[in-house]
Amino acid sequence: MSAAPTPTSSSLEPLIEFRGISKTYGQGQAAFLALSGIHLGIRQGEFLAIMGPSGSGKSTAMNILGCLDAPSEGEFLFQGVHVERLGRNQRALLRRHYLGFVFQGFNLLARTSAQENVELPLLYRGESALKRHTAAREALARVGLSGWERHTPAELSGGQQQRVAIARAIVTQPLVLLADEPTGNLDSHRSHEIMELLVQLNREQGITVLMVTHEPDMASYASRIVHFVDGEIASDTEQEVRTCS
Amino acid sequence: MFINAILLALREIRRNLMRSFLTILGIVIGVAAVITMVTLGNGATRMVGEQIASLGSNLLILRPGQRMGPAAFGAPNFRLADAEAIRAQVSALKAVAPMVSSGAPLVAGNNNWSSTVTGATNDYFVAGNWKIAAGRTFSEDEQHAGRAVCVIGATIQSKLFGHQNPVGAELRVKNFSCRIVGLLTSKGQGAMGMDQDDVVVMPLRTAQRRLTGNPQDVSVILLSMRDDAAPEQIMPQIRKLMRERRKIADNDDDNFNLMDTRQIAEILSGTIGTITTLLGAVAAVSLLVGGIGIMNIMLVSVTERTREIGIRLAIGALEHEVLLQFLIEAVALSAFGGIVGILFALVSCLGLSALMNMPFEFQPGINLISFAFSALIGVLFGYMPARRAARLDPIEALRHE
Ligand SMILES: Nc1ncnc2c1ncn2[C@@H]1O[C@H](COP(=O)(O)OP(=O)(O)O)[C@@H](O)[C@H]1O
Ligand SMILES: [Mg+2]
Repeated sequence: MSAAPTPTSSSLEPLIEFRGISKTYGQGQAAFLALSGIHLGIRQGEFLAIMGPSGSGKSTAMNILGCLDAPSEGEFLFQGVHVERLGRNQRALLRRHYLGFVFQGFNLLARTSAQENVELPLLYRGESALKRHTAAREALARVGLSGWERHTPAELSGGQQQRVAIARAIVTQPLVLLADEPTGNLDSHRSHEIMELLVQLNREQGITVLMVTHEPDMASYASRIVHFVDGEIASDTEQEVRTCS
Repeated sequence: MFINAILLALREIRRNLMRSFLTILGIVIGVAAVITMVTLGNGATRMVGEQIASLGSNLLILRPGQRMGPAAFGAPNFRLADAEAIRAQVSALKAVAPMVSSGAPLVAGNNNWSSTVTGATNDYFVAGNWKIAAGRTFSEDEQHAGRAVCVIGATIQSKLFGHQNPVGAELRVKNFSCRIVGLLTSKGQGAMGMDQDDVVVMPLRTAQRRLTGNPQDVSVILLSMRDDAAPEQIMPQIRKLMRERRKIADNDDDNFNLMDTRQIAEILSGTIGTITTLLGAVAAVSLLVGGIGIMNIMLVSVTERTREIGIRLAIGALEHEVLLQFLIEAVALSAFGGIVGILFALVSCLGLSALMNMPFEFQPGINLISFAFSALIGVLFGYMPARRAARLDPIEALRHE
């Protein structure tokens, strides 16, 4: 099996860099420009919130940032590696080794215990059963779900499911955690719990967090807010980090 | 990697037990059908062979009429003198048994039964490979004078006499009474329900006088060859003799037929072999249909599990890992179906061969082939759904409801 492309970075360079990224959906008459020439640098350790109205290209940008999709134009550097030049499997290896995902719909495997869900990324990394077991237990403990290992998603509340998803995203100790509307399906109380968890991971483990949200309340946890409008960046502001309660 | 894929696949099968069971049903039925057909067919072939051997080794059957089968229509019967001529002119024969037969009601005490009564000389017992279990065969006097005596088979004894010794008892055949002088050793249940022990034998002359009413005609002549005899030499001799005696012109066909029982055995087992192949082929089609069932359910499962596949891809599963997982799922399912099918076949073969009085023999070959074939079906029909799963776009797949 081929190894993931090895990034060669110096700490001065941004961890992630968009250079004139455009994304066009469809072709000819039906072509739609979802992102037009985005420039964006993200440093290690940042907690970035992406905001903007519906259809402004937030998810499109996240998919490219998460190496799930390739841009139509422009350069996308991840630790100095030109991701736009990589193929499908190479991008999969980048995701496997450096990225963690949290989705709006939780996206856990149904009828599968929390433990097995969290072990999944380790399985693809080829870790031993023992390593998988302990790492998954640790990750679940970190999101406050000790004792819930044997429960399946159907037996967990929405907030707990999202915690399992976060445990799954961090079990590999990724460089970057990507979360597209992670609190979109949760009530306000649970949402704040999840945000505090993300802040904690960002601070204590130095995980770079990229999050899409349309709720200013959630965005206030971030250290930097980027506003998208019509596929372009309308504003990019750093802010005082909100302290956890 | 490979072990991981197996692990993932097995987990998935376990997670969906009901669906997995329905998926393999077609394979189970297909494999069970193929194995049952072939095993029973081979058992039948073997049984026919054994029974024809029990008819008598090196046995030739001379009958009026052109071909094998019951119809001797229009062709004249043989005469007793024909049998004498064969005995006199053809060497290398152990026994020449002219015989007649006729259906007749039998009564003994309060019991009655209906059977075929054969009139024959003592040579009949030699030619037919019969052993005497009790009593004796016919005496010279009984044969010569056409006395009312008979030898009966095991079925007649059990139907009419139960556990009593029938030797010395009187048996009423049609309208005359006959003394039982001997009991034949059982040959067992015959091929295709034909019971060889359902037989009453009386001296040829007795049967000719009292049953068929014609003192010269015989309907069949059984000829038993010596062990060192060559049928390809003896048969033309007999044929030539019969053509002469029956005054058949050179350009006319035989109006009798002479068959080697070995030939009959070959024809019969050939026929059974053809039927076995045919049934096996039909069963193999059902196995193929089972494979299509697997493909169908795997395709449904790919659609159903699109989100799951999306999650796996997003997490960093490579195309070939997803492909392998689905392929192994399909193969594991169909191989498991194969094993269950083999067990089913074992049960049904045991049951059916007991029901049909056939010997049962486990045949590893067909079991192995069926198992390998079911696994192969898993690969063939699992590949397409697996490839479809592997090629999904992770973003689309995640968005799938
Ligand atoms: N796969 C796609 N094919 C066609 N158009 C798409 C596709 N994905 C997104 N779009 C379009 O691109 C625009 C940006 O979408 P998206 O990035 O999902 O916006 P957001 O997440 O900000 O709501 C929308 O108008 C959407 O309709
Ligand atoms: Mg979106």
